[in-house]
Amino acid sequence: MKTILKSTIALFAILAAFTSCNNSGKSSGKSGALAGNVAEKVYVAPGEHDEFYAFISGGFSGQLSVYGLPSGRLFKVIPVFSQDAEKAYGYNEETKPMLNTSHGFVPWDDAHHPDISQTNGVIDGRWVFINGNNTPRIAKVDLSTFETTEIIEVPNSAGNHSSSFVTENTEYVVAGTRFSVPIPQKDMPIKDYKGNFKGSLTFISVEPEHGHMDIKFQLIMPGFDYDLSHPGRGKSHGWFFFTTYNSEEANTLLEVNASQNDKDFIAAVNWKKIEEYVNNGGGTMMPANYAHNVYDESTHSATSTMKKEVLTVNPLEVPGAVFLLPTPKSPHGCDVDPSGEYIVGNGKLSANLTVHSFTKMLDAIENEKFAGDAYGIPILNFDDVLAGSVEQPGLGPLHTEFDGKGNAYTTFFISSEVVKWKLGTWEVVDRQPCYYSVGHLMIPGGNSQKPWGKYVVAMNKITKDRYLPTGPEVTQSAQLYDISGDKMELLLDFPTIGEPHYAAGCPADLIKPRSKKIFNLEDNQHPFATKNEADTKVVRDGKTVHVYMTMIRSHFSPDNIEGIKVGDRVYFHVTNLEQDYDVPHGISMIGANTSELLIMPGQTETFVWEPKQEGVWPFYCTDFCSALHQEMQGYVRVSATNAKTPLKWSLGENIE
Amino acid sequence: MKKSNIIMLIAAILPLGLFLFPLWKITLEAPQYPTPLGMYIHINDFSDAHPHDIKNINLMNHYVGMKYIPEAIPEFKIFPLGILITSIIGLIIAFKGNYKWFLFWFVLMMVLSTAGLYDFYLWEHDYGHNLDPKAIMKFTNPDGSVMGFQPPLFGSKDILNFRAHSYPRLGALFLGAGMACAFIAYSMGKKAQKKRLNLAN
Repeated sequence: MKTILKSTIALFAILAAFTSCNNSGKSSGKSGALAGNVAEKVYVAPGEHDEFYAFISGGFSGQLSVYGLPSGRLFKVIPVFSQDAEKAYGYNEETKPMLNTSHGFVPWDDAHHPDISQTNGVIDGRWVFINGNNTPRIAKVDLSTFETTEIIEVPNSAGNHSSSFVTENTEYVVAGTRFSVPIPQKDMPIKDYKGNFKGSLTFISVEPEHGHMDIKFQLIMPGFDYDLSHPGRGKSHGWFFFTTYNSEEANTLLEVNASQNDKDFIAAVNWKKIEEYVNNGGGTMMPANYAHNVYDESTHSATSTMKKEVLTVNPLEVPGAVFLLPTPKSPHGCDVDPSGEYIVGNGKLSANLTVHSFTKMLDAIENEKFAGDAYGIPILNFDDVLAGSVEQPGLGPLHTEFDGKGNAYTTFFISSEVVKWKLGTWEVVDRQPCYYSVGHLMIPGGNSQKPWGKYVVAMNKITKDRYLPTGPEVTQSAQLYDISGDKMELLLDFPTIGEPHYAAGCPADLIKPRSKKIFNLEDNQHPFATKNEADTKVVRDGKTVHVYMTMIRSHFSPDNIEGIKVGDRVYFHVTNLEQDYDVPHGISMIGANTSELLIMPGQTETFVWEPKQEGVWPFYCTDFCSALHQEMQGYVRVSATNAKTPLKWSLGENIE
Repeated sequence: MKKSNIIMLIAAILPLGLFLFPLWKITLEAPQYPTPLGMYIHINDFSDAHPHDIKNINLMNHYVGMKYIPEAIPEFKIFPLGILITSIIGLIIAFKGNYKWFLFWFVLMMVLSTAGLYDFYLWEHDYGHNLDPKAIMKFTNPDGSVMGFQPPLFGSKDILNFRAHSYPRLGALFLGAGMACAFIAYSMGKKAQKKRLNLAN
């Protein structure tokens, strides 16, 4: 009897505890991220892995960052268009050619829109493509190594912004110009812009096996600003859609002069038709000058080739390939739903969201219901292609993503929120505030036929009070929402690098099993590789000296070098002999006008050192590698230019 | 052919499995090796459990002055020859010999296997104790003697930050099964002999 009484009391105590918990939860109401159950949703226990990878562009940092979702933890910053001293990208001799362009070595760019490769309309996790906006380029990042392995410059382009989105079998990566320019470039008055400047939409083919990129053709369009783009998919596969602004073709004070027309256009491009035309010998070869930089994993080195011509296509030569869909008003985002039927044009100055119907578009084209033309390109009637509008959903619509369950999520820059609405009925079903001024948003697989509609990440331009202050420059931010239920729920704020523009995400299981652990030493075909300590040497060739060096826990070979002279140009070719996961070594040399090297197991990298003073100068390992890391060091003796010090090197014994 | 001779024939053939499968495996676990390092010991060679494991074991062991695991040791020439010869002897016995010879073969194999294990122990002892006097790290036992890093002959054992496991693999089972068969062949042969004697009486 007593025990029953006791247990009853205990039971009540427990219930009371839970009830009070619930009450407090309710009383704090919409505190969202503060509630314990919300924290659990983003908690990834020590030793466990995140469910998704998110690749978030670094904007003006020129890089691509790798985050885990739902934790929001930063795993890696992949250098793409900018030099990165941490990894020696753009500093070592092997990767310097990656940043070569027709304007010379350009070690920075403005990286905007990453997109993951697809097979059959589903993300396959092989490569990420990303655009360089400023000096137009497209880069490919290999997701087995998380390294940039190819960069192609885009000629006849300026402000490579409507880029780099891939078609559903990664047939093409597209690169549309934001700024129209004279094609080919020439010296002419800027006021003569209208009718003389052109916009290029570049289709870069991707070789299916190795991802090798090549410009297949450039469509030379009227001189609008081509802002964003998305491929058709499913039923609209074979088409590509580009938003335009400045259909006024203004060339000064665009904030006013490019905002005059009530409607600008979405350009619909039937790339299959143009591809066929090109394959049959159509198009015009035009002289050009652009860099194609390829990194070879076996030589651990990049080469840069200058290409001298590009195939251009005048849209008027391929009737039925290009049409203009009137879209209010200076549309920014251009987003196609997973079925391929709906093309959402977010008019950033419009109160409504405009959604076009692919079926209606085809119908209007077939019946030749044209409202007119722009430089010969047919313009369709707005009402003939309109599927519907979302009425007054917010202020300043920018971008839309889809959850694969019939819902769309649109960001509103001015009213700073994400709005969820239904495809087909066009009704708003939910909204959540963003902190603050949201740009793009991303649902993993959002740019494919199969979104994993569990989370949406909003990328914000302003953070103000969301984080500890760090002076006038405050971190940029992403926010994670759970969209698995009827209502969106804010789960997490996390800081990002640069200004995050777009992001691409996919389940971790697509990438994790293919991630490389080491480079096989036997497969290393670097021309200056040294595969064992016995082969290390120092070779003089006039005033150039090549040091063939190896590194292994915990020493360099050689670690004493004599006979280097002031005025020499000394190449350190350093091979990491390790074959164990996660054991890179670093090396840096006092006074070298470059960064350290960070060399992965089995890899060879090179830096140049030009000693300017006599003396004995140390070098050391820069990555804490082992218990004897501090002992991993060596010396180079530098003699006067005319000295007779013989060239010698050693490990484990003194140079005699 | 008598049943016992057939079993003896199998007994003689089974140890040849040592040429197909590893005899032993030593595994080293440590926090910084989520995938443990491992090494198979074959009748004629060492091999990696995962690519580059032996290289990484050597790299790690050089801190305490252990020798590099050699590409080949003399035993790797003697052992395969021993197995070949004993198998041939076993085959001859299976065809020509009677049950008493089966016992002889069984005892021979027992002696040779024990000798092999002892040899293995000696190698392990030397590998774990005969350290480079210039070793980077020196550890002593509580009694002040120099710490050894000998992996266990059989079973599991903690060595500094590592837990070492040493267990037989499929090849050893083949050898064991061969010996067991020889003993069974002997027992059957003896029983049959007894029966025959009883019948004769």
